[in-house]
Amino acid sequence: MKTYTHSIALALSLLAMFVSIGAFAATKSAASIPSIDLIQPPELASMLTNASTAKPLILQVGFRKLYDQAHIPGAEYAGPGSDADGLRILSQRVATLPKEAAIIIYCGCCPWSHCPNIAAAYDKLHALGFNHLKVLYIAHNFGSDWVDRGYPTVMGK
Amino acid sequence: MLRLWRGAVFTACFALLNGPSFATNPIETAPDFSRNDLAGHLVHLVDYRGKVVLLNFWASWCGPCREEMPGFSQWQHEYGAKGLQVIGVAMDDDAESAQKFLKQYPVSYPIVMGDAKLGESFGGVLGLPTSYLIDVRGRIVARYQGESNLKEMKAQIQALLSHMTH
Repeated sequence: MKTYTHSIALALSLLAMFVSIGAFAATKSAASIPSIDLIQPPELASMLTNASTAKPLILQVGFRKLYDQAHIPGAEYAGPGSDADGLRILSQRVATLPKEAAIIIYCGCCPWSHCPNIAAAYDKLHALGFNHLKVLYIAHNFGSDWVDRGYPTVMGK
Repeated sequence: MLRLWRGAVFTACFALLNGPSFATNPIETAPDFSRNDLAGHLVHLVDYRGKVVLLNFWASWCGPCREEMPGFSQWQHEYGAKGLQVIGVAMDDDAESAQKFLKQYPVSYPIVMGDAKLGESFGGVLGLPTSYLIDVRGRIVARYQGESNLKEMKAQIQALLSHMTH
């Protein structure tokens, strides 16, 4: 009986910890981004390798330590969308651009539904009036869905 | 050049595996590193030879990482005496964010701060969570990327630990 009670207490405390940890740094889900504004990795890779295609501005809105290890050629680091400093860096980067500028943002820090950055960065650019904005859909992470698939990548800084 | 080659080998090894993934054969010796943990104690990976090491790259902003960590902490309690050592590598941009999280949700194993260089030495940690299971001889026997199957991971750890004691 005592063991049973202890087991229930342990299960409840673990459950409480999972729930509270899940709530830590809760952010808007990437699922909120309209599918029409998504671009799939093969499509972007094709744009990058096609010399005749105009190149959009590509901004990585994730975390520095991931960008420094590998990023899309030409992509600029624009700060994490999950915090105010990151959004300020992003706003400053696009401040002088025309609203019709073609911009693609991506993160890939973690699985799409858990990404803390991408929806906030999308919302910010959308609110600033950019109307040629696309978001690279990265289902799992940048490593699995981009680098491992052999798409153009700059390794290192 | 060597680093790039090593990275290419890692990439090739895992290219066939999508999303949450793991490799089951020893790939190569885990790159050594030495740095202080957040409590100020030196963590030198090579010192853990003779133990099974679960090296977990995580960050406070990573939801799946946060969900895994209580389980890892529990495993450290459960299997520490049997030869398991969990080591966390925080990939937060600053130590303050990791410390703030750990103050709220402490773990039972050391946490060191990671950086791009450390990630690159492991073939690129290009998404979180990413964990490496390292055997008693210091060889990487599994790599888990993304939302891991903790049951499977636990079974692999138990199998490695059973080899140690029998």
